[in-house]
Amino acid sequence: MKRLFADIGLITGKDLKIELRSRVLINQVAPFALMILVLFGIALDADQQSLRNFASGLFWISVLLCALMAISRSMTIERDDEALVGLNLSGVDPIAIFLGKTCAIAIQLLVLEIFLGVGIILLYRSEVEDLWLLVSTGLFACIAISALGTIFGFLASGLGVRETLLPILLLPLLLPVLIGATRAFDDALGVAAINGWNWFAFVAGLTVILTAVGAGANHLMAEN
Amino acid sequence: MTSSITTASKGSKILGMTSIVGFAVLVLLAFFVTDPDIRFHPETGEEFGQFDAVRLLYLHVPLIIVTYLAFVICAIASAGYLVKLTFWWDSMAHAAGEVGTLTCALVLITGSIWGRPVWNTWWEWGDVRVMSTLILFLLFLGYLALRGAFVNPQRAARPAAIVALIAVLDIPLINRSVEWWENRTLHQKSTLSELKIEDLTLFTLMLGILVSLLVMSWLILHRFRVAWLEHVEFEQGIKTAIEERRQMDNED
Amino acid sequence: MSVVKLDGLVALLEGFPALTGVDLSVDAGEIVFVKGPNGAGKTTLLHLCAGLIQPKDGTGLILGHDLSSERTAIRKRVGLLSHSSGLYRDLTVLENITFWTQIAGVEQSEIDSRISWALERMELDNKLQNQKVRSLSVGQKRRTSLAVFIVRRPDLWLMDEPHAGLDQEGRQVVDDLIEESVGAGATVIVASHDLERVLNLSTRVVTLSGGAVVGVDHGGNK
Repeated sequence: MKRLFADIGLITGKDLKIELRSRVLINQVAPFALMILVLFGIALDADQQSLRNFASGLFWISVLLCALMAISRSMTIERDDEALVGLNLSGVDPIAIFLGKTCAIAIQLLVLEIFLGVGIILLYRSEVEDLWLLVSTGLFACIAISALGTIFGFLASGLGVRETLLPILLLPLLLPVLIGATRAFDDALGVAAINGWNWFAFVAGLTVILTAVGAGANHLMAEN
Repeated sequence: MTSSITTASKGSKILGMTSIVGFAVLVLLAFFVTDPDIRFHPETGEEFGQFDAVRLLYLHVPLIIVTYLAFVICAIASAGYLVKLTFWWDSMAHAAGEVGTLTCALVLITGSIWGRPVWNTWWEWGDVRVMSTLILFLLFLGYLALRGAFVNPQRAARPAAIVALIAVLDIPLINRSVEWWENRTLHQKSTLSELKIEDLTLFTLMLGILVSLLVMSWLILHRFRVAWLEHVEFEQGIKTAIEERRQMDNED
Repeated sequence: MSVVKLDGLVALLEGFPALTGVDLSVDAGEIVFVKGPNGAGKTTLLHLCAGLIQPKDGTGLILGHDLSSERTAIRKRVGLLSHSSGLYRDLTVLENITFWTQIAGVEQSEIDSRISWALERMELDNKLQNQKVRSLSVGQKRRTSLAVFIVRRPDLWLMDEPHAGLDQEGRQVVDDLIEESVGAGATVIVASHDLERVLNLSTRVVTLSGGAVVGVDHGGNK
């Protein structure tokens, strides 16, 4: 057990260190996220009220699109010089590889969420009514996205078509997360009179289920 | 010996013939013999109902049943593959998944055509069943895309089985979330109880279900045999390639 | 005792039969040299022995573990030096070696000494160790891969063209390492084009062609 946590830490730390060095997230994904916010603003004709109403949906769509890039990048790191072969030979528990990569993606997504959150407040003039709801939903949803993303990233990587295959595999499955997180944000941003904490509970439940399913699927794949 | 290569057998031919005859009878009953759904308002006496559109339900409803059944078969076969690791299960999952995706598309199409006169819209965002069915369709498009991405079909078996299981397990979650999302549906609780159920109407619907089940079994049977032949051909191709490589050695 | 025992092994690479029926037995402490033309299946054979490929047909035992069902156990005990570096480009030499040492589960107390030993052996114990792998030359990258390889101290060494990209001095280091490892109880299988070089070391030369063993020469120099 101690070994497992140490290995997860090693892999997460390694991925984050590589990100800090290569700055793919900061130099490419974050500007892309900003671009999406701006494009939505222009496409919706800069109607401030609509933007405020749709802010949570736009926020989560941006997160999903950025997540696809982050997942793809995370797999590229292991594929470039076949480091994944080394990981497989190292005798490290496949669960540690799965959780380590999931954690690294989740942490990067969290940073992106903060960036995007500031973005919708500044650009769309969203007002935060329930910060805790916002933070908790953001945290759990990004873990769910990362967990499922890691599994499908591994499934699709090595096929040479992962950039095109990943979205169609991943996005439909993440629909419940998108709905739950958007509704919780609607409440937290005060644009819908609903109980956002119920939606948060739904997202949290999904996160637990999807991470467990991901770990199970990972186990099955690793046997191969 | 000139046995033609076919995926048909005596049993499947009977099944196919029965399906065709059954389908012809169904079309006759559903589109010509049964009455349109016309009701009269008890007070004003105004005509209302689904009129001729109701005839589509004799196809739409059975197709829904068949779609869910095919996906359940796909999930069971996928689980079977992960346990047994034999290509029989893989071929079955592949066949059921593909047929299910086809019927799922037909569900969406017939539903949309039916929705135009009855709901006055081709497409209804926020209707739980419409949305879940669409997502289900997209999920299985992904499943088939994944299968198609492998050069070696045998390597596709395990990832595809995992995706199919996750997709099917996700169905209740998607249903839940869409239901809570909008919490409304244009679908009647039970279309059956709304209609004037006459003997012939009920009979036609039951016939529709039976015929759809026959057609589904027929399609899955053939698709299964094609998938199986693909495995056999792949194995044969490898054997030939091995022989060729070995012979080249000997010539060296 | 056989470290490698393969019987009629067939392995596929994307549907292509890269190995068409390999029979090979390697005893503990041997240095086996595998030669053959390009596309003969040398690399696939090494990957197979590393437990990375599920055999299509035939049976195999590696270090006493079954090649079909116990590949996880095999992977932990073998080392594979392949064409690709297996390194993370954006980490430094030292960071790479440290990561791979830790992830291999080397005892905490031993990690530092092993790392400095590997760095020293591959002559990376200088300012090179703090350079990003991305900025290294081919030879320097190869030495880093070798350092990662030896730091794990595998029981079965599988080396694909270990001398490629190295200068005269580097090649000598590789030869020395191979001899030392055998002295320490390891077994080595080398796939190489550098015939003369490996002939001096090997106990046996196995010729691979068309995905099968077509010749075994027992007349090594030992």
